Amino acid sequence: MSRDLDIKVHHLTRVEGHGNIVVNMKDGVLEKAHLSIVEPPRFFEAMMKGRSFREAAIITSRICGICSLGHQMTSLVTTEDALGLEISEQTVLLRKLLVHGATLQSNILHAYFLAAPDFLNVGSVFPLIATHKDVVLRALRMKRLANDIADIVSGRAVHPITPVPGGFSRIPEKAELLEIKRRLLEEGLPDGLATIETMKSLAGAIPQFERETEYISLKHPDEYALYQGDIFSSDTGATPVSNYLDVTNEFVVHHSTSKHAKHHRSSYFVGALARWNNNHAQLGEEALAAAEAMGLKPNCYNPYMNTIAQVVEAVHCILDSVRIIDKLIDRGLKNEKPNQSPTRYGRGVGSNEVPRGILFHDYTYDNKGNIIKANCIIPTGQNLANIDDDMVKLVPELMDKSKEEITLNLEMLVRAYDPCISCSVHMLEVDFIE
Amino acid sequence: MKPKIAFFDFTSCEGCQLNKLNFENDLLDILKHVDIVEFREAMDDKADHYDIAFIEGSITSPSCVERIHDIRRRSDVLVALGACAVNGGINAMKNLHPIDEVRETVYGDDKYLFATLPAMAVSAVVKVDHEVRGCPMTQQDFLKLLLALVLGKQPPKYDSPVCLECKLKENECLYNRGMVCLGPITRGGCDAVCPSFGQFCTGCRGILDNPNIDGMLEVLTTHGISLDEAKKRMLLFNSNEVQL
Repeated sequence: MSRDLDIKVHHLTRVEGHGNIVVNMKDGVLEKAHLSIVEPPRFFEAMMKGRSFREAAIITSRICGICSLGHQMTSLVTTEDALGLEISEQTVLLRKLLVHGATLQSNILHAYFLAAPDFLNVGSVFPLIATHKDVVLRALRMKRLANDIADIVSGRAVHPITPVPGGFSRIPEKAELLEIKRRLLEEGLPDGLATIETMKSLAGAIPQFERETEYISLKHPDEYALYQGDIFSSDTGATPVSNYLDVTNEFVVHHSTSKHAKHHRSSYFVGALARWNNNHAQLGEEALAAAEAMGLKPNCYNPYMNTIAQVVEAVHCILDSVRIIDKLIDRGLKNEKPNQSPTRYGRGVGSNEVPRGILFHDYTYDNKGNIIKANCIIPTGQNLANIDDDMVKLVPELMDKSKEEITLNLEMLVRAYDPCISCSVHMLEVDFIE
Repeated sequence: MKPKIAFFDFTSCEGCQLNKLNFENDLLDILKHVDIVEFREAMDDKADHYDIAFIEGSITSPSCVERIHDIRRRSDVLVALGACAVNGGINAMKNLHPIDEVRETVYGDDKYLFATLPAMAVSAVVKVDHEVRGCPMTQQDFLKLLLALVLGKQPPKYDSPVCLECKLKENECLYNRGMVCLGPITRGGCDAVCPSFGQFCTGCRGILDNPNIDGMLEVLTTHGISLDEAKKRMLLFNSNEVQL
């Protein structure tokens, strides 16, 4: 169909950070379709120069409020790799519990507050208070539970306090963990199951669109990888985290203050859907049943289904948190002090799955434990090229729809990736000129 | 009539905004007393005039300057939310490096592609009526201010150090554990949350107007910590205010 189309969504709402959608079509030929990132650059790696290893995670958690725990965890494993700091099994378990809490919080926030309003034809969650009060209250309750895990284990949900290099500055009490476990089972699980029913009822509003791409996530031999593992590509298989630069291949594009990334194709997908496609076999039967109930199958090539994969992960996080708490209590909580005595100084690379996808930090320390060079590669930055490629395929498929419908479909597409734009323009790689 | 309030984000992590979405227990009560007319992170709606505009983040580009002027023009009361908005916060650490050098090392040949300014407090560009400090701001602080504004009262001010609140909680002094803690000179109001969880005070609420410098120097000397080390830590959240 020969058609002119000019779409510009300035400062897209219900996403973290500032982005514009730009589409130009002339006589039926698509000239431009991309997400333009207009968030001012942050220059985080520049700020890191000369800072102590005790401050690195405090600084990088400020890359993003929504992802602060993920940045902090990744910063800590990177520093520990660089300085040769061994950590205890208790530290690993407490960190995994925190990662589950943060993933639950973020996935629920996205599914209910940022994505669901589109399925119900409203502009935000606020009108739903009048029409769907029980659903809104359930979402708030689940968020509160997830944030309480963070408050109890890490001091606070936004910019956590207790996770420090080598361990924790405070160990939670047994009674506190048992209370979380009780609430996970009595509130979290029923709310999680009810969420599946809600999402099932909204599934008809999820656009049918498919584009197979490369899916990249961590992979762990023993569990559904969220905390550490190897890099895994659906195209090329596994590679160690230390080879991350061969995977991310960042490059500057003029329509974005955040760099783009590509690996085996022109773009790749990171986030819940990539984790689902690569690692679904390692989920428990409850999470798999949730996926089946909501129509999420392996392998899924519909990016809009990322939101559904997030809900599946929410169920996983609730149940696995209970298992982790049981393990911590069976072992007996010890009042361990963090190990902050470096055994070497040099370069370290760390990676975790954060709610929006695979995250890499890379620091080099001098022999006083101060940072010489830092690099952080963010999930949203890695997804930007994939979003643009989706738009290029999607727009021609929507030609029989009105401009408003096309715009809504594009907005929903970008929101499905749950982009975190503050993160993605944390800054590009800096090589310090000495 | 309920006051019309709006939230705007500039250069920041949006964590202070997120803390508002984290009012799980109070959100519905808050909405009984105010109309949220603009909040891009959570809703589509836009408005022309605001009784109270809450600003998060630093001013770091020419487009930020233009936008904050526009918001100020349309707002009766303007509040800076969180360290980035109040004094530049962690963003201001980039001001410690020559801006052209940072730009060139970042973007290489494309160094003039994206306009950048030194990270500034909102008050460096437009008049700020009230502030909520901290990184992140605490929900209690925000609620106290909101309540005062809705009731037409003066919001609370904090002019005692974190150290005082820490002592009242009977915490062990972190200097005894070898940490460089900024509690003695940092503005309180946070209930000494970091030291209470075993972590040093990072100074995120800003340095007191009249800090007890002699007392701080005595603490540092007693524990064998150099003034330079303490100043370096102060730069974390106070680069726009501390002279090296």
